[in-house]
Amino acid sequence: MRNLVPAAVAALTLTLAQLMFAAPAQAFDIEERRLFGSGDREIAVLSTTDLAAIDMVLQDFVDGHPDIRIRYDQASSMQVFGAIHDEGAIYDLVMSSAMDLQMKLANDGFAAPVLPRTGNLPLWARWRDQLFGVALEPVVTLASRRGLGDLPVPRTRRDLIAMLREHPDLLGGRVATYDPVTSGVGYFLIAQDSQNFEGFWRLAEVMGRLNARLFCCSVEMIDELREGRITIAYNVVASYAARYTPEDPDLIRLAFEDYTFAIVRSAFVPSNAHNAADATTLLSYLLSGPAQRQIAANAGVALIPGTGPEPGPHLRPIRLDTGLLVYDDQLRRAGLMAEWNAALVQP
Amino acid sequence: MRRGPPRAQPARLSLRRRLAWQFAALSALLVVALFFSVRFAAERASRASQDAVLGAAVISVGDGIRAQDMGLALDLPYATFSMLGAMGGERIFYSLSIGPRLVTGYQQLPQPSQRPGDLSPVFWSADYRGSRLRLAAITRRVLLENRIEEITVVLGQTRYGQAVIARDTARSAVWIGLAILALAGPLALWAARAVIRPVDRLAEAVTRRGPHDLRPFRHPAPRELLPLVGALNGLIARLRTALQLAETFIFEAAHRIRTPLSLVRTEAEMALAETSDPGTRQRLRRMIRAIGESSRSANQILDHAMVLYRSDQFDAAPVDFAALAGSVLRSVQPVAEMREITMHAEGLDLPRMVSGDGRMIEVALRNILDNALKYSPDEGEVWIRLEATEDRIARLSVCDRGRGLPPDQPDLTARFLRGSNAGDVVGSGLGLTIVAEVAAAHGGSFSLQPGSEKGACAILSLPLSQP
Repeated sequence: MRNLVPAAVAALTLTLAQLMFAAPAQAFDIEERRLFGSGDREIAVLSTTDLAAIDMVLQDFVDGHPDIRIRYDQASSMQVFGAIHDEGAIYDLVMSSAMDLQMKLANDGFAAPVLPRTGNLPLWARWRDQLFGVALEPVVTLASRRGLGDLPVPRTRRDLIAMLREHPDLLGGRVATYDPVTSGVGYFLIAQDSQNFEGFWRLAEVMGRLNARLFCCSVEMIDELREGRITIAYNVVASYAARYTPEDPDLIRLAFEDYTFAIVRSAFVPSNAHNAADATTLLSYLLSGPAQRQIAANAGVALIPGTGPEPGPHLRPIRLDTGLLVYDDQLRRAGLMAEWNAALVQP
Repeated sequence: MRRGPPRAQPARLSLRRRLAWQFAALSALLVVALFFSVRFAAERASRASQDAVLGAAVISVGDGIRAQDMGLALDLPYATFSMLGAMGGERIFYSLSIGPRLVTGYQQLPQPSQRPGDLSPVFWSADYRGSRLRLAAITRRVLLENRIEEITVVLGQTRYGQAVIARDTARSAVWIGLAILALAGPLALWAARAVIRPVDRLAEAVTRRGPHDLRPFRHPAPRELLPLVGALNGLIARLRTALQLAETFIFEAAHRIRTPLSLVRTEAEMALAETSDPGTRQRLRRMIRAIGESSRSANQILDHAMVLYRSDQFDAAPVDFAALAGSVLRSVQPVAEMREITMHAEGLDLPRMVSGDGRMIEVALRNILDNALKYSPDEGEVWIRLEATEDRIARLSVCDRGRGLPPDQPDLTARFLRGSNAGDVVGSGLGLTIVAEVAAAHGGSFSLQPGSEKGACAILSLPLSQP
């Protein structure tokens, strides 16, 4: 059921990366690594953020700070969490969209207290002086216009359920969503959905009946969608989609009207960072007006008021606070995954 | 020259400063005490309220435990965790364990030392992962695989917020305390001054008294000062008795000397008339002169005693200063004529009413005129002039053409003090003292000034009575 191609691609990228940069042996998987600038001082960044969504911002930063270079390692949110929490990997800045995992890392003492210039960063988008929101990312559903054919575009989750039910012939095997096992963001979104939408398990069942495909990452879902192999991708982080939507007329971006989550991509300086001072400078830059305008343009909504489009009425931003700790509880996770498997994996 | 009374040696710190310092030090102590007590109280209050929230939270976590077919299920309440962390961005740790086995949550989270109940949580504090935690625990019994299992739920949170609240509250208390301290400085000075004021007032009353005012103090004084006032009054009483004794003695002595002296003088004058031996006559004349001076001194001493007595029992009546001056002038006229001294009087024809003791003023006038005649050369001139000044003062000046005043002795009115140029002129040095005392008793003044060309002017000023 799970697509093997992306995993193979990821493995290949990793191998290439390891060959090229001769990184020390590590147990977590880095999907992509890139260097910005050629200064003497290095900031090692571990992030879930797609390089394409942030490379402009990082390039601007090293252009403004010629003595600093950035080593940017992109990995999935589970890998990022594992690297910091269990493997003691050394990075100067850790950035992830999996809010619950970031919160747990900060709560468990992996984040150093730092004092970046936060500007007008809302209080709900930061935790103490350790975890700072850097982007607001709406979670949308993508659809292929070609794939839908004559079907009307669903405006709510109920519409979506009805459509999936009524057209198994058209949509069978052509629905995709995050795999909560491999994707931290995926798990987090399922936990949020199950709490906020009483029909969520029905949706999961319908998707299971249609042999929904599960992906580790937004990028791969979008690629498959563009290739025409899937029609609907449920729960895609908008900043990934933003790369294609303007230029691809086939791609429909659905922000459901019942609610659309906006997760906060957050960053912290680990307490074992080697270069906390420069990492704090980078964090300050990420929170500054120019960087926020670029990030907001990418995500389609501004985290810091005044740097981009205001959040729409259906958008439901998730606060960065200790309540997020409940999603990572082992028992709760086990219960949720059991329910998910029961709904999706059908005999 | 009169010198001031000897000054007392001041102690190291003035009473006022000592009081102010003590007040300020006490206030500072209070501020420090305020800081710690408010901090303690705020800490206790916020800990109590946060313990209540933590207790409710651990109970709500316990309520989320369910037994299912597959085992234990836990519905961790999102809102509870969110609220727990809200105040001051607290870190939160929890654990569910059955006996020593961790079911879910954080490993090695400190466990309660006593078995908690299932309704009322137990609270304690412990260190975990580098933070001081406040923990609460309850137990829940769940039927698992046909066995009753006892699950211990532990929920811990940091108390950064509590510390901040206590610190902020204590800080604002200190600001208030400092404001009070800033006020306390002036306040302490004011209070010290208020405490010292009766002493100052008493000192002022003592200073304000005339030189012969020896009445006991009836001044109202605080109870603490009554011993001082009593001691002062005792001293005054003893002093007055001693003075009275001395004056009575002097008066008696002068009186007893005067009568035999006049007898001796008469006898000497008779002897002078009867003898023709020039040596004896010369000796007798010197004798008569000495006797004259002695009786004059005795008279002055009597005058002085009288003036002192009458100043003490001052009884004012309207007196015509001009008429009195005229009559005294007439009484000394024979002496002036004997030495061919011309007396010029001016302004004595208009009445100048002053309020006072006629006998005392008369004595003063006689002494002034005696003095003027005494220091005038034979065939000299004396000017007497009485005028009323604009500020209602009757001013009598008596000027002679004598030897004038010694330049280095401006005040010749002190008792028994004579000018260094008095030379052969006999005198007791008491005359001008009597005049000055009479002037003082009447609220007037007396001074000696150099004359316009030579000689000296004695000026007696007395306030005119109200018309």
